Amino acid sequence: MAVSDAAPIISTRFDQTDAHTLDGYLRTGGYAALRKALAMTPDQVLEEVKAANLAGRGGAGFPAGAKWGFLPEDVFPRYFVVNGDESEPGTCKDRPLMERDPHQLIEGLLISCYAVGAAQAFIYVRGEMALAQERLAIALNGAYAAGYVGKDILGSGWSLDVVLHWGAGAYIVGEETALIESLEGQRGMPRLKPPYFPAAKGLYMQPTVVNNVETLSYIPWVLQHGGEAYAAIGTEKATGLRLFALSGHVRRPGVYEVEMGTTTFRDLVEAPVYGGGMRHGNALKAFIPGGASAPWLYPEQLDLGLDAGPVGAAGSMLGSGAVVIMDETTCAVRAAWRLVRFFAHESCGKCTPCREGGAWLEKIMRRILDGYGREEDLDLLLDVGDNISPGPFPHPASDGEDAVPFPFKQTTICPLGPSTVSPVYSSIWRFRDEYLVHIKEGGCHHG
Amino acid sequence: MAEADQKEKEEEKEKTTVTVTLDGQDIEAEPGELVIAAAERHGTYIPRFCYHPRMREVGMCRMCIVEIDSGRGPALQPACMAPVADGMKVDTESARTKKAQDGVLEFLLINHPLDCPVCDKGGECPLQDQTLAFGPGESRFVEEKRHFEKPIPISDLVYLDRERCVLCDRCTRFADEVAGDPLISFIDRGNHTQVNTFPDDPFASYFSGNTVQICPVGALLARPYRFRARPWDLDQVESTCTACSVGCRIAVQSSSNRLVRKLGVDVDPVNWGWLCDKGRFDFEAVGSDDRLGAPLVRAPGAEDLAEASWSQALAAAAEGITRARIRRGPESIAVLGGARGTNEDAYAWSKLARTLLGTDSVDAQMGDGLPAEAVVGLPRATIDAACAADTILLLGPDVKEELPVLYLRLREAVVERGATLVELSPVETGMTRYAEASLRYRPGEVTELVRALVDESAAVGDSERPGGLAPASAVREAAALLRRGSLVCLLGRPSLAEPAQPVVDAAGVLLDALPETTFLPVLRRGNVAGALDMGLAPGLLPGRIGLDQGRPWLAREWEALPGGRGLDAQGIITAAAEGRVGCLVLVGADPLADFPDRELARRALAGAGFVLAVDCFLTDSSRRADVVLPAAAFGEKSGTTTNIEGRVSRLHQKVTAPGTARADWMIAAELAFHLGGDLGFDSVDTIWDEIERLAPSHQGLTRARLASPEGFDGIVAGTVHDAETHGGPPSMAQTDSPGIQGALAHTKVDTLASSAMGTADKPDPSSGLAMQPPDPSGGGGGGTGTVAGRPAVLRWTPGPSAGGPPPLDRYSLRLVTSRRLYDDGTFVHHSPSLAPLAPGARLGVNPADLAPLGVGTGARVQVTSGRGRVVLEAVADPGVPQGSVALAWNQPGPGAADLIDVTLAVTEVRLETLSVPAPTSGRGSDA
Repeated sequence: MAVSDAAPIISTRFDQTDAHTLDGYLRTGGYAALRKALAMTPDQVLEEVKAANLAGRGGAGFPAGAKWGFLPEDVFPRYFVVNGDESEPGTCKDRPLMERDPHQLIEGLLISCYAVGAAQAFIYVRGEMALAQERLAIALNGAYAAGYVGKDILGSGWSLDVVLHWGAGAYIVGEETALIESLEGQRGMPRLKPPYFPAAKGLYMQPTVVNNVETLSYIPWVLQHGGEAYAAIGTEKATGLRLFALSGHVRRPGVYEVEMGTTTFRDLVEAPVYGGGMRHGNALKAFIPGGASAPWLYPEQLDLGLDAGPVGAAGSMLGSGAVVIMDETTCAVRAAWRLVRFFAHESCGKCTPCREGGAWLEKIMRRILDGYGREEDLDLLLDVGDNISPGPFPHPASDGEDAVPFPFKQTTICPLGPSTVSPVYSSIWRFRDEYLVHIKEGGCHHG
Repeated sequence: MAEADQKEKEEEKEKTTVTVTLDGQDIEAEPGELVIAAAERHGTYIPRFCYHPRMREVGMCRMCIVEIDSGRGPALQPACMAPVADGMKVDTESARTKKAQDGVLEFLLINHPLDCPVCDKGGECPLQDQTLAFGPGESRFVEEKRHFEKPIPISDLVYLDRERCVLCDRCTRFADEVAGDPLISFIDRGNHTQVNTFPDDPFASYFSGNTVQICPVGALLARPYRFRARPWDLDQVESTCTACSVGCRIAVQSSSNRLVRKLGVDVDPVNWGWLCDKGRFDFEAVGSDDRLGAPLVRAPGAEDLAEASWSQALAAAAEGITRARIRRGPESIAVLGGARGTNEDAYAWSKLARTLLGTDSVDAQMGDGLPAEAVVGLPRATIDAACAADTILLLGPDVKEELPVLYLRLREAVVERGATLVELSPVETGMTRYAEASLRYRPGEVTELVRALVDESAAVGDSERPGGLAPASAVREAAALLRRGSLVCLLGRPSLAEPAQPVVDAAGVLLDALPETTFLPVLRRGNVAGALDMGLAPGLLPGRIGLDQGRPWLAREWEALPGGRGLDAQGIITAAAEGRVGCLVLVGADPLADFPDRELARRALAGAGFVLAVDCFLTDSSRRADVVLPAAAFGEKSGTTTNIEGRVSRLHQKVTAPGTARADWMIAAELAFHLGGDLGFDSVDTIWDEIERLAPSHQGLTRARLASPEGFDGIVAGTVHDAETHGGPPSMAQTDSPGIQGALAHTKVDTLASSAMGTADKPDPSSGLAMQPPDPSGGGGGGTGTVAGRPAVLRWTPGPSAGGPPPLDRYSLRLVTSRRLYDDGTFVHHSPSLAPLAPGARLGVNPADLAPLGVGTGARVQVTSGRGRVVLEAVADPGVPQGSVALAWNQPGPGAADLIDVTLAVTEVRLETLSVPAPTSGRGSDA
């Protein structure tokens, strides 16, 4: 059991009851990083973030510094958008950051906007997160009043406006181009990449950075302690710390800030400071390593480090940092159906394979659960899945079969389509026998 | 040297195209061209549902997904979103491509009702065609399909069947991007997504029928066509819409000798495939039971018209004409109308009037247009030139109401390409929201406003309001916009409640100050431009030449021409009312409906000695005629028509006319025989040959050219240019005009480059305006003299201005009246689907003018002018300036025509309330 001794960075104020207030934040060193950043040139700030090799925490894991570097030179205005539409089932790590430490996010946003030369920022908060909305609104008003946001910030001559925007309850808006559409007042439907890469053609067709709440929350620390100090944490490729939302059949589900790379899934499940072991001492059946979209992994993969590379090679993804643990009492068919139902429900309806295929998968799964399955339905499920995500679907190695690495391919506009396929494919790949029990017996041994 | 040139040329060519490997073959594509379009140009049709070349691509349906290798290995990508790149490899036939496309097709079908046997689209449906060609024979989908109530009306003209819809976003994109009426949208989400209207807000767009045409399945259905025909029973011809004078190219389709559908055809210079709903659906009137199928004659002393044979009717007509001619002289004969037929019809009547009738009192306009000399003599712009101008000046009626497809083109120019629009109008119009500057003026005072805008010597004081309403600052800002670069003026009659003179004066002021300005006339009647080109106006002969100038030229082939200039419509009607017209011929003219002064028109019809009407229907006017000859309508005759640009394009007969009705030109020819003469032609073709030979503006516009691929877009008369070929056929989705693509495979003339007169050949600014005569010798032209006896085309020079604005009567309101798309016009009236859409005559009043009457919207008010009195419903309308009132022209029932006295400079009215004012708080208190 190797639990890291790296000190937490962004979750330090989670237990401080007044951290969401300006006073509480200032008392614990708040806005010092902003002062430091404003004394530097934007390029120097950008270099620090690049040096930190801070991977994006939204799901795709793209390094923030590199992302900022994609903005075309001399095209203004450029916008900065905070993606606070955390909706992936199992993922609940941005929410405490917004509820308990909103100023940390605002400070991170300020520094980031300064670095990239944005004069207008938007924080898009998921519609259902009422407390996060309230706390962010109060925090932002306080920051405006105290001169941290607005015109001539801290006398530096630099100005930034921040607009808060509440979502309306659509999972797909977590996808950055759909979020941009929604911000513009359109239906939350993703745009095609290419040509609509936000860095080139984003909000109002201007260059736009979209970063996750957690990513930005790390920025103040990176500025205070230097990019290299951050990069020194974790392993060479998986740097720093990261919040993981551990849920499912463990004794201590929760949000933990852990060191990347050196920590394994087994540590996360079993370490007393994290999951504390399986519920009732049951055996692990499968786990989802990176949010509901991620293909499932199984007990053999428990010793993988929390590192996007090896997890991707093993056929899944670290995604949004939501680890869902399923023990032996779980019905794989029912679990997969619950996930499919979610994705089918959340499909925006823009492109055909996701809109029609997702709902079709759900209907077949429902029919099998209802006891009306046919053996050919398994091939049908896989083939419908193949028409949404063509080619071999990612899965781990087994019995001489090589792993199919992440990412999945898609006939759809955005990854929501293949995400619908993930649970179907993963469950059939590993638990075909359980499907056959449902089909032959009309029910299930898991009760 | 030659080699070096060759090499340089080759290098240049290499720079301008990119090479793409399409299914193993190298093809050349334009940079930025989409894979789907490049492939289609090279003969490979990639299936698609959402892609449409006239709208923004969305990549939604995924049907066009193909394997594309841009250097990083083949990947499935939608061909409609991928621009070509050098070295790109596209595989439209690979196993992966086929699997993905089949998968998408299966997805589209699982919830599709497959009710093809009862679906209008069956037989011309891309979804059906794709399925038949590539789809599986059996469905793997065993669950319950998605259900919706079907079909639901989303407007008065369009039904929506959501079960058939494949959510391609074409209709919704059209409504938003092209029409600017975003009244339909996706609602709900995911698998429950549907297209629908907003609650209580129907898809009341003038362009709704286009969504039916571009729908790739049978989800959108047009009420006038629904269940009327099966596509395989349809027969079609290429033609041109004559519902207004934009000249949209169309396919006309019939079944069992009845017109059942008009489809827009995509031509670059005009309609881009779009039609307005009036143009699309007014074919209903052609098949109306009310059509005249036999001649009618009023026996001497008889009350009623009675059916007669053609020989009887023609003899009666000839007798009436001859009696007038002998007893009262040829100048007592007058011909009104001719703007609703073909060019050949107009030419025949123009020739008949000038020769056998011996009169120059002919007018195709009904006192509701512009002086003919101005229309034919102003330097003319094309639609393309107008849309490409730096600034577009609107000085006319509401383009959205009168020439809807021109509105689409202008809107696109403003919204998509950043053209600047300056509008001068007495009330708000459909263009106002797109105008950079929209200035109001008091009716009758537009000349003063234009003078303040363009005459730099006329300094506008800060407190002045030129034209009565516009603040000086706004005038100065708009003035700067007019001098920004090229300027095209759309010129027409903003209101029929005042004479054309102020508008004409304004055009003169504009030309004096900005002589490079070109003009696009905004006149509505189907072939008004062609009728004027054919000389159906006093003082004008075919080919845009003046009567006196043209006399020696035409006298070679025409019999003696009238001695002096005749009367225009207002003159004719005034003379008739005064008993000075011995014979009045109405060629598709209904002065009781169309002439601005109904009382005068009524007296004219009563006062004319003998009235001959040639018409498709018995109208209020033709009902009062002594002889009525039944005419063939649109779709029942071939020929050519001319749009506002002067663009000549062809019409083709599709169905037979009812009874013994025949084309106007034939009636003219027959009448000539009965008058003892001969017009000298026996077919449309021989007429056109004569026009081409005699009309200076039409020289070189041969039948062969009109029938060639070049003529498919129409050819602008008055321009002699070499056919510059470019590009391939316009990209048009197979779905849009079934069967018409073949006709589109042609090369085209670049009219944008060569058509705008005064742009291609810059006139000498000192000469004001210059219409260059076509020069058959191929010389430099530029002169205004005659070439080989052929007279020069008329040039219009502004006459003396009519003087200052009319005195202001602060106790009266000035009337503004202009047309709505749907009115009580003959064709709308007889189209059952369109007639109910006429909004009715309601009086728009500024709320501040309505308030003192103590009433609001919905109140009945009595409107009194010096001419008459009508009772109308009032509507509070902030788009109408204080001091003016607005009334739609020619709506069913009493209206503006009962209030207008054409002899007055403005129509002033007073309002009295008939409703009891609603008691409101704060009113009636003495304190």
